[in-house]
Amino acid sequence: MKRTSTDTIRREGRVVHRRTPLLTDAHMHYCPGCNHATVHRLVAEVLDEMGLQADAIGIGSVGCSVFIYNYIDIDWIQASHGRAPAVATAVKRLNPSRLVFTYQGDGDLAAIGTAETIHACNRGENIAIIYVNNSIYGMTGGQMAPTTPLGMRTSTTPQGRDARLHGYPLDICRLLRRLSGVGFMARRRVDTPRHIRTAKQAIREAFECSLAGRGTAVVEIMAECLTNKF
Amino acid sequence: MTEQTADLLKGNEALALAAIRYGCDGYFGYPITPQSEVLETLMAEAPWETTGMVVMQAESEPAAINMVYGGAACGRRVMTSSSGPGISLKQEGISYLAGAELPALIVNVMRGGPGLGTIQPSQADYFQAVKGGGHGDYRLIVLAPAGVQDMADFVSLAFDLAFAYRVPAMILADGAIGQMMEKVTLPPWRRRLTDAEIAERYPWAAVGKPASRSRNVLTSLELDQAVMERKSLALQERYARIEAAETRSEAYLTDDAEMLLVAFGSAARIYRKTVDLARQRGVRLGLLRPVTLWPFPTQAIARLVGQVTSVLVVELNAGQMVEDVRLAAGGRVPVEHYGRLGGVVFSPDEILEAALSQWNKTNRK
Ligand SMILES: Cc1ncc(C[n+]2csc(CCOP(=O)(O)OP(=O)(O)O)c2C)c(N)n1
Repeated sequence: MKRTSTDTIRREGRVVHRRTPLLTDAHMHYCPGCNHATVHRLVAEVLDEMGLQADAIGIGSVGCSVFIYNYIDIDWIQASHGRAPAVATAVKRLNPSRLVFTYQGDGDLAAIGTAETIHACNRGENIAIIYVNNSIYGMTGGQMAPTTPLGMRTSTTPQGRDARLHGYPLDICRLLRRLSGVGFMARRRVDTPRHIRTAKQAIREAFECSLAGRGTAVVEIMAECLTNKF
Repeated sequence: MTEQTADLLKGNEALALAAIRYGCDGYFGYPITPQSEVLETLMAEAPWETTGMVVMQAESEPAAINMVYGGAACGRRVMTSSSGPGISLKQEGISYLAGAELPALIVNVMRGGPGLGTIQPSQADYFQAVKGGGHGDYRLIVLAPAGVQDMADFVSLAFDLAFAYRVPAMILADGAIGQMMEKVTLPPWRRRLTDAEIAERYPWAAVGKPASRSRNVLTSLELDQAVMERKSLALQERYARIEAAETRSEAYLTDDAEMLLVAFGSAARIYRKTVDLARQRGVRLGLLRPVTLWPFPTQAIARLVGQVTSVLVVELNAGQMVEDVRLAAGGRVPVEHYGRLGGVVFSPDEILEAALSQWNKTNRK
């Protein structure tokens, strides 16, 4: 396949890339290589392409992504640690026509917020949950998360996670999948352009699922935290 | 639907019916004695079929208060109710409501504690309600009902104050008021606000961002300490305005009083009788009942302290509001406390004995 040079593209005035209109100009605080930035962009692109800016209410959580409200130009509610699905439940029930989604890390969703996650999914709340699983507590400096793989070193498992001491990694989506209230579930990665595109498609389908009232939609995104890897 | 009806109702039932009539948008609760009738009454009334009010039994108190947080953040009139252990679990959420400047109604039908304690009436959560409860420099507007009629009337008062100042409000009742039945006139019907009215009245609410305005963000987070200090000072300034304008108290035979009883909630009701009994014995007792526990009626008490020889504070706890009464009295007269704990409620005679013995002690000097 013949490659087109950037000069040619520029000369012909073809648009191959544009700024995502729903991303604000704010300088992102994420570390280099952090996948939150990628996922933010995908969420913003999908909201834009689906024309949902005026109809979306985002529920932020506590974790590295706590400032998501500075980056995506929609109305936001910042929830306490783990409780975003409960916040989203009320927001959706009181505003049934809106797209209501949460954006949560694995500590937020699968440790402190386990009860809220399971019960929102079990009730089949028509919300979407964007679950970014980096297998660590990023914001507080790299402690073990429920999702931390066995053997992985973190600041609270300096010898590596040992099942006898810390239990086994929790694959919460395997639990959630069994609940009748869940209408859509996908697990994606954002490590290559192709995977990024399929992750974006999953986010779109999740939003479509909750807007159609087909139950809770969960997209788990396997992410990397380079800063806190030992 | 009739405008006014007189009914024989429990305090918890009156509160629930008043919430529907007020045009409340959502109730989120978790069962706990002695307030489960609030959720039960709402579920039996099924207001989602009439006014459109959302009623939910949450999976826990943290979930319930965070549902309230979500509803409040989109400008709705939302509420929750609980007791002791459940209110403790809600404290983080209450602090978030205060930090994000969200109006909401929290009802605590107090039981005795600490721990699982007892399901009998108590007033032991005064400190928790009035002095903070959750973390950070914040205040709740705290209303103390003294009977079933107040349970019905304080719903609209609490919501109106909460929305006027964007501060969460609490109705601090106790098990006796929640459970006892009295004749009550329910408040008139008001319709719920429409989506358009909410967007217009509460321009801060997260309801979906139209092209015409910048995005609304409801958060309590601020990492820049200078900005955080400014925000905190602005909140304190708002609290000062509430103190100046919204302090409420009720006086019973205080004009000629030579000794003062101070009591709130159910205690204040029972001890009107004590005042009458004392006057029959020749002691001119008066009663001051704080209706708002925060803002506290410091000035009303301070004024009366100028005319009485002593003050007796009667509470169903080990001595909590008495600290605020002592601050108001400023050391000018002795301020004593008489309390029963663990869910025991005293009789008017028992208080009469306590009042008379204090009277004799003070006037023997
Ligand atoms: C009630 C409460 N407990 C603890 C914290 C501290 N805390 C902030 S973020 C966080 C963990 C976040 O980890 P995760 O959800 O995996 O998100 P990440 O930062 O990795 O994206 C913790 C424990 C808090 N803010 N609130």
